[in-house]
Amino acid sequence: MKKTFTMLAAAAIAAGGAALSPTVAAADLVVPNLSYRTGPFAAGGIPYADGFADYFTLLNERDGGIGGEKIQVPECETAYNTEKGVECYESTKGQGALVYNPLSTGITYQLIPKVTADKIPLYTPGYGRTSAANGKVFEWVFNYPANYWDGASVAIKHLLDQNGGSLEGKKIALLYHNSAYGKEPIRTLQELAKKHGFALTELPIDSPGQEQKSQWLQVRRDKPDYVLFWGWGVMNSVAIQEAANIRFPMENFIGIWWSGSENDVKPAGAGANGYKALTFHGVGQDYPVYGDLKKYVYDAGKAAGAGDQTGSAVYSRGMYAAMVIAEAIRKAQELSGTPAINASQLRDGFEQLSISEERMTELGLPQFGQAFAATCEDHGGPGAAMIQQWDAGAGKWNLITGFIEPDKDVLDPLIAEDSGAYAAENKITERCN
Amino acid sequence: MPDTLLYAIEVSLNGLMAGIMYALVALGFVLIFKASGIFNYAQGVLALFAALTLVGLQNGQIPFAHLINAVFGTSLHGFGWTLPAVVAIALTALVMVGLAWAIERLVLKHLVNQEPIILFMATIGLAYFLEGLGDVMWGADIKKLDVGLPQGINEAIDNATFNWFGYGFFIDNLDIVAACVAAALVLSLTLFSQYTKYGRALRAVADDHQAALSVGISLRFIWVLVWSIAGFVALVAGIMWGSKSGVQFSLSLIALKALPVLMLGGFTSIPGAIVGGLIIGMGEKLFEFFAGPMIGGATENWFAYVLALLFLVFRPQGLFGERIIERV
Repeated sequence: MKKTFTMLAAAAIAAGGAALSPTVAAADLVVPNLSYRTGPFAAGGIPYADGFADYFTLLNERDGGIGGEKIQVPECETAYNTEKGVECYESTKGQGALVYNPLSTGITYQLIPKVTADKIPLYTPGYGRTSAANGKVFEWVFNYPANYWDGASVAIKHLLDQNGGSLEGKKIALLYHNSAYGKEPIRTLQELAKKHGFALTELPIDSPGQEQKSQWLQVRRDKPDYVLFWGWGVMNSVAIQEAANIRFPMENFIGIWWSGSENDVKPAGAGANGYKALTFHGVGQDYPVYGDLKKYVYDAGKAAGAGDQTGSAVYSRGMYAAMVIAEAIRKAQELSGTPAINASQLRDGFEQLSISEERMTELGLPQFGQAFAATCEDHGGPGAAMIQQWDAGAGKWNLITGFIEPDKDVLDPLIAEDSGAYAAENKITERCN
Repeated sequence: MPDTLLYAIEVSLNGLMAGIMYALVALGFVLIFKASGIFNYAQGVLALFAALTLVGLQNGQIPFAHLINAVFGTSLHGFGWTLPAVVAIALTALVMVGLAWAIERLVLKHLVNQEPIILFMATIGLAYFLEGLGDVMWGADIKKLDVGLPQGINEAIDNATFNWFGYGFFIDNLDIVAACVAAALVLSLTLFSQYTKYGRALRAVADDHQAALSVGISLRFIWVLVWSIAGFVALVAGIMWGSKSGVQFSLSLIALKALPVLMLGGFTSIPGAIVGGLIIGMGEKLFEFFAGPMIGGATENWFAYVLALLFLVFRPQGLFGERIIERV
């Protein structure tokens, strides 16, 4: 009996080990998935990782990969922990990794010098270091189609639209995750406050954010006209519940895209009705690509994870990231004339990538994202985002605006200033001249 | 009354309420430490596991469904029923008793007479194991916990304070329920330990393991008992915190809010956990209210520990802890 148990245990360990270290064929295109399916932020990490993996599975199953090359997506668990994220990077880069998308601003900051030294592109759509949008300084980093500063500007533009073009005398509170991520929009909002004459109050919340009573009592006392929100993980659902508790008007509460998933609003039930969040891509399953996903991935039993995240806001974002990476691979194959590209060739693909509305329609994702064309200088894209609003009765997000352009007059000088400081600190000579 | 004073009173009341929520978690630590000298690192995860199990049972979720589907190619998700909250809570309490039995049988039994640090390390392992088990059993998505507890502003307090002061105080109904539950829990635990046979046995073990053993008290039974009670307390904490934020994996981090409460109230005192919670809750909220705006805010996490450290300097055993005097 004991021997049988030992053998079973050994077999289980061997099987587990195999699952943790998938073999990657030398000729495959390797796109590591630095995911977090465990820990406090798993509720956001799981749908993103699923959407990311499912899209590549679709390409493998339906098209035989990209340009005839299969795509391998080895997954490495970071638990949204920066140290673990760096370990994942170190342990997977030797497998021929073509690009990293770590879904964490903290990990991104740590990886920027590493990918620059190792010459591997880093793709951080909607997160990471905002000033990496300046391709003249950040050769290996791409964050199109939108970044945090774009998000802040789009939120303010939406409020301008709602207030007849003026926010003069209005009070706006920024409630944010007290981390590199949450602090990203502060400078932009301060500049926008100067430009539009509104008063900005900054309210930090320490991670994970389960207890926010102080901040919401302050909101109740100060009575800001609007609350902008940069949260992640449990902080989101608690904030929305607290806002409902103090009867803050939900239509005046706007979250960044990382505070706009179904997981964030559902725990508050009907109280979350009317809450708004930004998004730089479409949501839901009303896109033709889902027909193929159903046929080749879901019904074939090849869906990542439990297969229960389909069409959710964060699943859609993971799928969007995979779609952009796949298109960059295609572009790199076209530029280099070989299907078996390397990381440097993929960087060129990212830099010359152009995604038009026609192309997104061909991909089964019409009007899913804004069309853009990257250049040597511009790694940040147009930065436009839409506003979605939660309908608690129907249990779904509704897009209530089209794409809103950010205020580039304010953002461009900030990006130039921040990236210039980074270049000076790291002795980087600007390129693209 | 000046506005600042009114706001400070409101903040203090909310701080006291938050402190009770911290104390609910701290109680579990105290029970196990008092009876076995083990600092149970897994207490926060016990609360998470209990809340996950409660929601899973209530919603008729099939445990290990994802694993079963992956291995056998099935597509199982739920039993197709929903249980009334009371039934689900009772079943979860039974699961927690079973878990306590398993912990004693598989872990603690093998570590009798080991150094406290070894037992502490075992609870670290237990914490990570339970977190993984909870994930595999019930999934890692955020779940809404609805056992019928009221939430939102208490209208009566809001109206009454508005009529008196011209400013309505915000007190969350959930916090009021938590305060009542905490009071009931402390009263029950006190009555149990003072007036029941097993309660007296528990106190005997807490006072002196060897002496308790010598009069025939089964240490192993006491451990199962105390871990079961701690599991039940964890279930209560899980319900309160889970109702507030949804049931998700950061629920286990509520243990971090209990540590300063324990440092302040003492590791061996049930009233100490409550008083410690109240002091920490009110202290951190008032500090955030007065000093937060001057120093950038988000002071609560660290200030709770500063406050606890200050108390430690003057009273190392905590406010209600037993003074340790060893003969040399």
